[in-house]
Amino acid sequence: MKKRLLEIAHGRSGDKGNAANIGIIAYDQSGYEILLKNLTVERMKEHFEGICFGEIERFELPNLKALNFLLHDTLGGGGTVSLKHDAQGKTLAAALLRMEVEM
Amino acid sequence: MKDKILIASGQGFWGDLIDAPYKQVTEGEVDYLVMDYLAEVTMSILQKQMNKNPKLGYASDIPDLMKRILPVCWDKNIKIITNGGGVNPTACAEAVMDIAKSLGIDNLRIAVVLGDNIKDRIDEILESGCMLNNMETGEPVTIIKDKILSANVYFGAIPIAEALKDGADIVITGRTTDTGLTLAPMIYEFGWDPQDYNLMAAGTVAGHILECGGQASGGNFLGDWESINDLANLGFPIAEAYPDGSVIITKHKSMGGKVSFETVAEQLVYEIGDPKEYITPDCVADFTSINLEDLGNNRVKVYGVRGKPETNLYKVSCSYAKGYSAAGSLTYSWPKALTKAKAADKILRKRLHDLGLKFEEIRTEFVGYDSCHGPLSYLPDEDLINELVLKVSVRADDFESVERFGKEIAPLILTGPPSVTGFAGGRPKPSSVVAYWPALIPKNLVFPEVKLLEYTI
Repeated sequence: MKKRLLEIAHGRSGDKGNAANIGIIAYDQSGYEILLKNLTVERMKEHFEGICFGEIERFELPNLKALNFLLHDTLGGGGTVSLKHDAQGKTLAAALLRMEVEM
Repeated sequence: MKDKILIASGQGFWGDLIDAPYKQVTEGEVDYLVMDYLAEVTMSILQKQMNKNPKLGYASDIPDLMKRILPVCWDKNIKIITNGGGVNPTACAEAVMDIAKSLGIDNLRIAVVLGDNIKDRIDEILESGCMLNNMETGEPVTIIKDKILSANVYFGAIPIAEALKDGADIVITGRTTDTGLTLAPMIYEFGWDPQDYNLMAAGTVAGHILECGGQASGGNFLGDWESINDLANLGFPIAEAYPDGSVIITKHKSMGGKVSFETVAEQLVYEIGDPKEYITPDCVADFTSINLEDLGNNRVKVYGVRGKPETNLYKVSCSYAKGYSAAGSLTYSWPKALTKAKAADKILRKRLHDLGLKFEEIRTEFVGYDSCHGPLSYLPDEDLINELVLKVSVRADDFESVERFGKEIAPLILTGPPSVTGFAGGRPKPSSVVAYWPALIPKNLVFPEVKLLEYTI
C-alpha cells in the first residue's frame, strides 16, 4: 500500500548558499527503515526534478532516525540573489513529504 | 565551579520577537542570555550604515532592548552575550554604556570582541598568499574585490570566554558563530579545556539548538504543529548545561510552546551539511553521536556528543554588490485565474523584450499555486481556483532595466486580462542585490582582540 511520507516523518529545510538542506525525521524505527530504503539519491533527483539542478548528497543520522539531504543548485543563486519566492528553501521539507512510498 | 548553568536564547535573528529576551530574563531563573542578530546580508547593511556614520553599524534594536532588560539582568546577575555588535561592536558597547549610566547602573563591565572585520585588509591578505577563493565555485576573490561591501571572519567561543574571564557582564561581538555564543559560558564557568573536543562539541550542539530561538521549542514545527500549546506566548529554548557536557533543553514553565524529542530533532537537522563534520572555529562536531532523550515536561537531554580538533582555518563571509532586482505582483480572480495570470505574464515578457531590456533572470511564479513546490504542485481544476497572485521578479546589472520593469507592471491592469487587482503599493523599486562570497582564511592571519570598557565617572 502506498502512503505519503507525511504520515511517517517530519522535518525541516533551509539554505546553505545556493544549496538547500532537507532534514527528514521518521516518527519511529520502522519509519526510519522506510526512509533508508526509499529515499535514495536517484529517487530524490526524480522527485525534485525542475527544482534541484545540481547533485544531491545523502547523509544518515540513525541516532535521530533522520536523513539529511543537500540539494545543490536549488535556490536560484541563494540568499539575496535569488528571485524565488521561497529563496531559502523553507518549504522544501514539506515538498518532500508529498512523496508516496510503498509501506 | 557551578554545578550547572542556565543559558537562554533571546533572539534567533535580527527581527525576531522583541519581547523574547525580556521574557527569558523575567519569567524564571537564567544565568546567561545569548542573542544572535547576524545573518550574512545583515553585515553588508551594517557596513553601509557605518560608512555613513561611524557611530552606527550595529543591531540598532539593542539600545531599546537594553533599557528594558539591563535593570533586571544587573539585579539578577544575568550575563548577556550577543553578536549584535555587527561591524561596530565598540559603538554598540558605548551606546549600551550610555543606557547603563542613564539607568544609574555603576560598574557595568562591557567587553567587545574585535578583529573579525577584514574589509580593509583584503590586499594584505592576498599578498600573504591567501586568495580567499569562493568555497562553492573556487573562483578567486579578485574578480569581485572592487565590489566588496563587507568582509568578516567568523570567530568562535574562545574570545567570548576570555571576555567573561576578564569579568565582563556583557559581551558584544562582531561576526561570531551562533554556536560560540552558547559554548563560551560553558568554557568559562566549567573551566573546560578548549582541547577537550568532546566538550567543545557538546557546547556547540547546544548552541546549534539555541541559535534559531523559538524554532527549537515549537515554532516552525512540521510535526504535529497543531498540538503545540500557546504559540502566541512561545517560550524560547533554555540550555541547562552541566560540567560533564550533558545539556537539558527546556523552557520557562509559564511560557507556551513545546520542547520534545521531535521539536529539538527538527532544529538539529536545520541548515546542516555532513552531520559527521559540523565545522566551527572551536571543533568539528559529530551530529551522529548526539543522544537525545525526551524526559517529559518539556525537558530533553542531549548527551554523549563527540568532537574532533578544529581546523586551522576560519570561515570568511564577504558580501559584494551584484546589480539590482525588483518584484511586482498582481492578483487575478475566478474565472480562469491561472489562464489570465499566464497570459499577463506572456504580455509583460513580450513588452520587456520589445523594449530591448536585458535581464540576468526573469522569474514568474503563481502564488497560491506553485511558488513553494514548483513542479510538484497539484494543478486543480481551474474552475476551483478562486484567485491567484502573479509574481514576476527580475535581476539585472543595470539599474535602468530594473527600474523600467517596475513601470511595466501597473499598466497590465488596464491593458491586459480582466478581473485583476492588488496593485496598491506603487511601482516596484529596484533594490541593490548583495551577494555572498564564502571563503576560508588561515587562523594565523587574523587575531581576535578582547577589550573591556569600564564605566568611569
